[in-house]
Amino acid sequence: MSAQLESATADPTQTKPNANWSWSRRSTLLALALISAVSVVVVIGLGPVGVAPSTVLRIIGHHTIGVPGVENWARTDDAIIWEVRLPRVLLGAIVGSTLGVVGVTLQALVRNPLAEPYILGVSSGASTGAAAAILFGIGSGLGAESVSIMAFLGALGALALVLALARSTGRITPSRMIVAGVAVGYLLSATTSMLILFADSSEGARAVMFWLLGSLANADWSTLPLGYLSMGAGMVVVFWWRRRLDLLALGDETAMASGVDPGRTRLVLVVVVALCVGFAVSLSGGIGFVGLAAPHIARRITGPIHRHLLPASAALGALVLVWADVAARMALQPRELPIGVVTGVLGAPVLVALVRKLPHNT
Amino acid sequence: MLAATGIDLRLGAVDVLSGAQLCTRPGQVVGLIGPNGSGKSSLLRCLYGMLRPNRGAVLIGDQPIESLSQRSIARAVAVVTQDASADGIGITVGEFVLLGRHVHRGDHQSFTDEDRGVALDALELVDLSGFAQRNLHELSGGERQRVMIARCIAQQSPVMLLDEPTNHLDVRYQHEILTLVRSLEMDTIVVLHDLNLASRYCDHLALLDQGRVVYQGLPEDVLQGDVLEPVYGIEVRRLVDGEHTYLAFGPHAL
Repeated sequence: MSAQLESATADPTQTKPNANWSWSRRSTLLALALISAVSVVVVIGLGPVGVAPSTVLRIIGHHTIGVPGVENWARTDDAIIWEVRLPRVLLGAIVGSTLGVVGVTLQALVRNPLAEPYILGVSSGASTGAAAAILFGIGSGLGAESVSIMAFLGALGALALVLALARSTGRITPSRMIVAGVAVGYLLSATTSMLILFADSSEGARAVMFWLLGSLANADWSTLPLGYLSMGAGMVVVFWWRRRLDLLALGDETAMASGVDPGRTRLVLVVVVALCVGFAVSLSGGIGFVGLAAPHIARRITGPIHRHLLPASAALGALVLVWADVAARMALQPRELPIGVVTGVLGAPVLVALVRKLPHNT
Repeated sequence: MLAATGIDLRLGAVDVLSGAQLCTRPGQVVGLIGPNGSGKSSLLRCLYGMLRPNRGAVLIGDQPIESLSQRSIARAVAVVTQDASADGIGITVGEFVLLGRHVHRGDHQSFTDEDRGVALDALELVDLSGFAQRNLHELSGGERQRVMIARCIAQQSPVMLLDEPTNHLDVRYQHEILTLVRSLEMDTIVVLHDLNLASRYCDHLALLDQGRVVYQGLPEDVLQGDVLEPVYGIEVRRLVDGEHTYLAFGPHAL
């Protein structure tokens, strides 16, 4: 990306000694993973009721592997950490990683640095589904998680529509994907607005608005395993095809000449990442900017090769989101801000700063 | 050996190719020439599966291209495309050349030391050994084109196709690139606009007009006024200087 990165993006063709560059990248990724892991422990203790990291670790140890010892912490601390904050932070970590990975993937698939997880219109579909559930009780027969389920169904509907439009004239190309995604996104946003207007309930509108702006407040142990399994599986598929992303980012003809079928690869990856976004949005609402900012920051650290870029963007996405959640719950306490507001307010200047540092011809 | 016969290609409502045929020649450079819109790039794209013809056959060895996976095609045919500008994405020369090894590794497999060695050798062959760590977008047009060729060399496919590799290059780089292409002694097909370059660097020429190959043969046979004038619609004069033939165009040429 720039000359400053050259030390990090060292010579990949050096047969030996290549220990230097491998070490520098590996250690960068390791440091990122470590910071993310430490952050998870630290942020669990942060909130209106503060809990020391050591106590956090002991409470988690007690619940998971039954660490023996006297339970010398308050029962309220235990409830706050185990029942509320840990699921919330774990949800933030997986959603943040997913948004980071999906952002990188879409930027390669459409060869546009402004691509982000919501460009496919999937989140607008999820929002329409959620608004229908919140305002009109549609899908209430689906049980306690009806809003999330309706959101996911909305995401699937939007994806089907985008694919149908993007494929109507043959292979899915970057521009067809963007136009189809934007068109479907506008259509469904308008539908959501209509639903809010017709519902004529200020409380309902407020609930939908809070949901649209994203929140991790609904995290609980019952939905976490599904979230981890689905989004984790999606990220594995993307990482498996990391080199195809390298080649697609260079152009469809180059990809084809290197043995990668761009149409098929794009189709499979679009479906995979759209499902991931569908899961993320249905569990936490629409959280903006993470999927746009994390890939750009990661690219400055690791360079453009997806073997390094994907894990770095995942770690950064998680890091940004769990800390943004701390800000969301502490900035105006006891009131809680929607997390999308925090990521937007923090993300915009970061992105502007990054763009200003891009090479002139970019 | 790569051969196309009887290729018909229709894109939208336009017949781009009608009955075109072309094949590689062992160790030789075949030049594909013709006016704008005659179908040169489209024919080249049919040869590596980027475009599927409506009729006709493309054979790699004795196998029809449609029976092969894209990876198998790429193992046989390397291509210098026009789209691989890689501007602004920050990839280094070394990383770019190494991607040519993708056809030899599974999606999940990392590149090996052998791959890195092949990529280094390829860079050496195009005289860019010290460039592995440089960012691709910082290079001059000529250097960048040599990197594109190095990626094809690293791919180790017996056939190389080049789509207008001298576009946007100044005179020195045009000659440098084509000298390099010749020196590789691969089975090569190169799309060229400049007929003087075609005359100098190709062993064999195929002249395309309105989607069909209207003339094939040695450069000195194809680059004749009575062959070129009806196709290009411009007067052609020949100037022979020793072993080289030069062409000049237009009513007041020479």
